[in-house]
Parts: sequence; C-alpha cells; structure tokens
Amino acid sequence: MSRWLTFAALALVTCGALAIDTEAAFPDAARQARYDRWIHELRCVQCQNAAIADSPVGLAADLRRQVKDMIAAGQSDAQIKAFMTERYGDFVLYDPPLTARTYFLWAAPLLFVLGGVGLVARVIVRRSKAPIDSDPEEPA
Amino acid sequence: MWRYFAPAAGFLALVALFGFALLRIGSGKLDIREIKSPLIGHPAPAFVLPSLTEPTRQIDSRSLAGKPYVFNVWGTWCAECRAEHSALLAIARTGGVPVIGLDWKDDHQEALSYLATLGNPYAEVAADNDGRTAIDWGVYGAPETFLVSAEGVVLAKHIGAISMTVWQQKFAPHLKAGDRS
Repeated sequence: MSRWLTFAALALVTCGALAIDTEAAFPDAARQARYDRWIHELRCVQCQNAAIADSPVGLAADLRRQVKDMIAAGQSDAQIKAFMTERYGDFVLYDPPLTARTYFLWAAPLLFVLGGVGLVARVIVRRSKAPIDSDPEEPA
Repeated sequence: MWRYFAPAAGFLALVALFGFALLRIGSGKLDIREIKSPLIGHPAPAFVLPSLTEPTRQIDSRSLAGKPYVFNVWGTWCAECRAEHSALLAIARTGGVPVIGLDWKDDHQEALSYLATLGNPYAEVAADNDGRTAIDWGVYGAPETFLVSAEGVVLAKHIGAISMTVWQQKFAPHLKAGDRS
C-alpha cells in the first residue's frame, strides 16, 4: 500500500516537472495557444531531444522568452519560423520542411507501406494460384 | 534460395551501415550533436553590448569591421571553456587576428577574476547578460568559436573546445597573408 502511495506521490511530482512555465505567458487564450504550439514545435538545441516547452536549460528559457516577445509584438508564424531557422537551421523545427535533402525522410513511410502492400499482394496471388490441397511452402 | 539469403543480406547491410556510423563517431569524424550553422557565408549578426571590463562603455560590432576577428562564446560556468583557455591564449598570441569574447549570461565579478587568474586572450569582451546576442549567433552550447572576415562574413564555426589543431585545420586556411597583423 505504502509503495503505491509513494508511486502516486512521485507521479504527481513528475507531472509538475513537465510544465516548465510556472504561469501563463499571455492573458488571452488565442495568443497562449499560439505560444504553446510554438514552444512544442521548437527543439531545445542544447539538449536536442526535448522541445523548449519541456527543457529546464537556460537556452530553452531564452528561446521561450523570444517566442513570447515575438508573439507579443504581433509577429507572424512565418516570421517566428524564419527567425529560428536563420539562427539554428531546420534542426530547430520538429516539423522539418520538404526540401531536396528531406524527400527521403518524408517519403520513407509511404515507401515502406507500398513495399508491404506489394509483398502481401504477391503472397496472396501466389497462394491463390496454388492447388487448395497443397502447401506452397513445401516442395511438391 | 534467395528467400533465405535476402533477409541475412539485409541484416548484414544494416550492421555495416551502423558499424560505419559508430566508427566515425568513435574516431571523432562525426559529431551527431553538431548543428551546422546556417550563418556560415552570411553576415555576422550585429550587436551593441557593454564591455565586461568597462561596463559603462558599449562595444558596437560595427567597430570590428575592416579586419578579420575570432568571436568566442564563453562563460565561467562552462567547464569546456576552461579546457580551451590555453589554446585561446595561444591563438591570441600567434594567430594574428584579435579574439573577441562574448561572456554569455555570466556573473561579472566571477568573469573578471577568471580572466585575471587564467589570463585574458580577448581584445574585447562583450557581456551578453540576457543571452539575446548568443541566440542571434545561433549559439547552443559554450564554448563556440567563429571566424569573421574583414567584410563581416562568418567564415567558420567550431563547436566545443578549440585547440591549435582545430585552429590550423578549420580557421587558419581562411585567412589571407595580408589579414594577419
């Protein structure tokens, strides 16, 4: 029982750790939603496997402040994106743009699905041609 | 026959690919954490920041134009910066170009005593108290070192501690004979 209580208490602690910002960045929901979307879209370039929304390092805090300032100044999403990629490259975006270098990255899931469908189709065609009584895996 | 051979061949190809990448990482040829700077070949970001040594004086990046300089981002909180300090002193002494420091989000008193103890390789040290200039330069972890041309274009960038070897290989080849003073 006490083990479960400890677990529940620790789970509460980690829930708190997920939210780095202690208070809302904006009083209105619209700008807060844009802010939330951007800080989840930008990678913390220092720790590299977290969004700036979840990273405790100083640079992530500075980049959250930058996003907040740009939204407060009425800058567009394109301006925020340009600001970040001019400084940190496409790596800062969790949603990399489609360029000549990323065609394979974007096409890979589709290629895997098509390859799988092709394999399944081939097996079905081959088995449907085989006599019903015989096992196609066994040499006749 | 091929149905038994193909999966094994595919597996071996993956082993070869991963092995190749791991060997390159192990030998230091490939740094998977390195982000290629989009600034290379582009104008160096401008800044006006207070001098660390004379806080009432502003350092304007426009005053650096006209000759190449090294731009080094550091902080007393950064262990790797301590490791590269002797190399920076050597570059300042023999490199032939001034080294400009950017003291990134640092305690001024600690920064001054750090330079007094270890020696000061910097012709100028700008204090980036709020970290905005570091963001403009695309800095993501100190130390980072840039080489800027006389025309104000970023020529090269090194992430991590610099050494004389890195200087010779990555930075010195960009400098023309007339650049060195």
